[in-house]
Amino acid sequence: MPMNRTGRPSHSGEGTLPAPFESFSGHRGLRHEEPLIFEIGDARHSGVDIEDAGDFQTALGGLERNGSIGLPGLSEPQTVRHFTRLSQKNYGIDSGFFPLGSCTMKHNPRLNEKVARLPGLADIHPLQPQSTVQGALAVMRDLSHWLMTLTGMPAVALNPKAGAHGELCGIMAIRAALEARGDARKIILVPESAHGTNPATAVFCGYQVKAIPAGPDGRVDLEALKKALGPDVAGIMLTNPNTCGLFERDIIKIAEAVHEAGGFFYCDGANFNAIVGRVRPGDLGIDAMHINLHKTFSTPHGGGGPGSGPVVFSEALAPYAPLPYVVETDDGLALHEHHQGADDQSFGRLVAFHGQMGMYVRALAYMLSHGHDGLRQLAEDAVLNANYLLAELSTHITASFTGPCMHEALFDDRFLKDTGISTLDFAKAMIDEGYHPMTMYFPLVVHGAMLIEPTESESKATLDEFIASMRGLAAAAKEAAETGKTERFTAAPHFAPLRRLDETLAARQPLLKWTAPTPSQAAE
Amino acid sequence: MRYLPHNDRDRQAMLKAIGVASIDDLFADVPKAARLSSPLDLPSHKSELEVDRLFRDYARRNIPAAEHAFFVGCGAYRHHIPASVDYIIQRGEFLTAYTPYQPEIAQGTLQYLFEFQTQIANLLGCDVANASLYDGSTACGEAILMARRITRGRKKAILAGGLHAHYGDVVETITQYGDEQVIRLQPLADDPARDLQNLIDSIDEETACVVVQTPDLFGHLHDLGPLAEAAHAKGALLVAVVTEVVSLGAVKSPGEMGADIVVAEGQSIGNGLNFGGPYLGLFATREKYVRQMPGRLAGQTRDADGKRGFVLTLSTREQHIRREKATSNICTNSGLCALAFTVHMTLLGEKGLRQLAMINHKKATQLRAALAGIDGVEVLNQSYFNELCVRLPGRADALVEALAGQKILAGVPASRLYPQRPELANILILAITETVSEADIALLAGALRDYLATPGIKER
Repeated sequence: MPMNRTGRPSHSGEGTLPAPFESFSGHRGLRHEEPLIFEIGDARHSGVDIEDAGDFQTALGGLERNGSIGLPGLSEPQTVRHFTRLSQKNYGIDSGFFPLGSCTMKHNPRLNEKVARLPGLADIHPLQPQSTVQGALAVMRDLSHWLMTLTGMPAVALNPKAGAHGELCGIMAIRAALEARGDARKIILVPESAHGTNPATAVFCGYQVKAIPAGPDGRVDLEALKKALGPDVAGIMLTNPNTCGLFERDIIKIAEAVHEAGGFFYCDGANFNAIVGRVRPGDLGIDAMHINLHKTFSTPHGGGGPGSGPVVFSEALAPYAPLPYVVETDDGLALHEHHQGADDQSFGRLVAFHGQMGMYVRALAYMLSHGHDGLRQLAEDAVLNANYLLAELSTHITASFTGPCMHEALFDDRFLKDTGISTLDFAKAMIDEGYHPMTMYFPLVVHGAMLIEPTESESKATLDEFIASMRGLAAAAKEAAETGKTERFTAAPHFAPLRRLDETLAARQPLLKWTAPTPSQAAE
Repeated sequence: MRYLPHNDRDRQAMLKAIGVASIDDLFADVPKAARLSSPLDLPSHKSELEVDRLFRDYARRNIPAAEHAFFVGCGAYRHHIPASVDYIIQRGEFLTAYTPYQPEIAQGTLQYLFEFQTQIANLLGCDVANASLYDGSTACGEAILMARRITRGRKKAILAGGLHAHYGDVVETITQYGDEQVIRLQPLADDPARDLQNLIDSIDEETACVVVQTPDLFGHLHDLGPLAEAAHAKGALLVAVVTEVVSLGAVKSPGEMGADIVVAEGQSIGNGLNFGGPYLGLFATREKYVRQMPGRLAGQTRDADGKRGFVLTLSTREQHIRREKATSNICTNSGLCALAFTVHMTLLGEKGLRQLAMINHKKATQLRAALAGIDGVEVLNQSYFNELCVRLPGRADALVEALAGQKILAGVPASRLYPQRPELANILILAITETVSEADIALLAGALRDYLATPGIKER
């Protein structure tokens, strides 16, 4: 049996459909091998028709670019086929169930795509005279109104470009507020279960991070928190519902304790989907919270962005919110773009222009479609689906905490004990079942974490199919441990466009761009 | 509600399986004081038709670029985007995918990111590029932090006067709580050579990096060679910024001229104006600095069968592994905008990019000639790509407002970016691309001439 560099069989018997023969083309039916554009295009080809500028007196200051740039072109049909074939090697929400915990992979309505492309909203420039973009400013105002009403918070900064950028915005506002009162606090408290971006953000803003342990119930230990508070603590960054999928029962007491100690309460709002329309963060004592429009309000994840992470603020932090923001004037809506006078306390500008307008339009369309009633219903359905999975799967897969959970359910690898199969192997076997794996090894507070978030987009039938598949895999894992034939898991995936990829090799010898093969390589 | 698959029978069956009586039981952990008892003061759900109508109404209250003679630039440019670009990025397999953390079922995303990184590195003239950042301005901020890490102990970043004002603002904002020292030189609309000389004169042993934009905010092109030499002689890095990447089809890349880190706004290729976002931050550098680079990276590897494949790599720099020791707090990139860029750049190819760049430049020479012939208009550029600045006898913002009423968006008054600098009040910055016709130029020139002939205009 051929072995690969990690010492695992490169062709395992069990679970692999053996190809009856190799095709002459190298393709396998609808599964095409697709080269890089650098291997099929060249610098002389183009898929656009642009008139030649001809001879004219240039004014490039003697800086003409003469040498080859290294940008191959393809005709339009070749281009469309290349990227269509690439798309077919991808898994998206449209393809199937995507229970990626903490990421809220829900349906992306195409109406939102359509309205975001209306020329009146897409073909406008951020520096056009404001009198010519009153509709765009109205979108920003109305989105702000929805976000403030849903959260019960009096102010919002729309412009952060993603969740982590929102965290930065929130912590900078906290630091600005503290500095304004001459208070040089040094520490931000972050629970162990937090997203990695939380401590990274706190350090970025010049704070030291102090970890707060979780109690046995997966929630912040209130007594430990109280002990950690003091005159040097600027605030806390807490995710609620937390990354174990649990609502922080003591959250109001946490807020009171933090405020009593003179600190601020930042909430990571990544999991807002569980409570939208049912709970307002403003009623919990939160001072700042980012909202991932690409999670709760369904702007597409797009293979890793663009995101959008508006931040809502309490009265105490509102004066420090970043520029620009929309204000009502006698002449209509206007952007407040610059500091005006010495008492303007905004901490400054976070991005060029005004933020992710394309995402604002999509999120507002999503909100208007649902209404207050639909948003509340979606939170309830998301929580219902997660609890249904928790109840139906915990017979086979070890649940980390007893329910009820919120919109995601946390499992761990105790059920795989002594099987020789890891959480990673189990996740890769889910790919063969036709699913995108859940979030693995996060949060760090349990061993071999498996965080499953079904979202409200999934029907009961889809969940039942998934439950049957997961139970089947759990049983197969036990059986494999007994027979010693674990390849179904350890060599998974078997049915994906590629088999398991060697990430160690990629990191050890980073190859980050295509380079033309040398003659000897080409002759291979 | 059309997006929610459950009916009440499903919900009841599921509650029963869970073993609770009602949905409220699942929210039992929420403190009583925080449970909303009455509906929020917001409208209830709407049909697709109703929502579509509402957005057509928002859209109607804006005047899109296509309905104007359009000369607005300053960091965002209106280019023609081939129809197939938007078709590709709307494919659900791209649009609705997540960050490619499961590479076996994300080769589509990973391969285009690898292609994107190669295109960016080659376009900017650098060894390596990342898989994109939020936008040009945040990429610029990250470049300064990276230069700080590389030149250990040096705290000073000096920004050229010709750097886009918003970029300078973003840099000031994100460094205000660190010990970085940011020096912003005075913006000089009419003297690019002095701007560069000021930059060179400011470099000292404390300098981590100098930051220069080309073409700069006022449209001037800069030869970065002497600046790179001066920076390197004092152990500082040169960070170059490009806000109009189409220029790189005609003008030498910053990497070729000696820049150590090149950041750019990639919106011009494949991405529409969208009122300022989402855009596409480009980031490239020398091979030796790759482990100090922020953002995601796709890298080539092999699968268990020995077949070529791609994965996200060097993630030990990132916050989901390194937490408080990460190189940056950035998590998301601009994946779909990067795809739009890559598709458009593949359609263009080197040939198309060069043609596109030269058409843009030719239009700019025509615009320059038309403006130079108008009494009272002083064109301030000797060198330029597709953007120019002029000095008017009166305030530029008043002119822009006046011409907007005549279906002409004449450009960006420098006062929009620098309201507190009276010396820039009469400066107007005009961009021109392949989408602007000769008739548009004539329309602008005629309106400008008439406007300046209005009695009393110079005193405004």
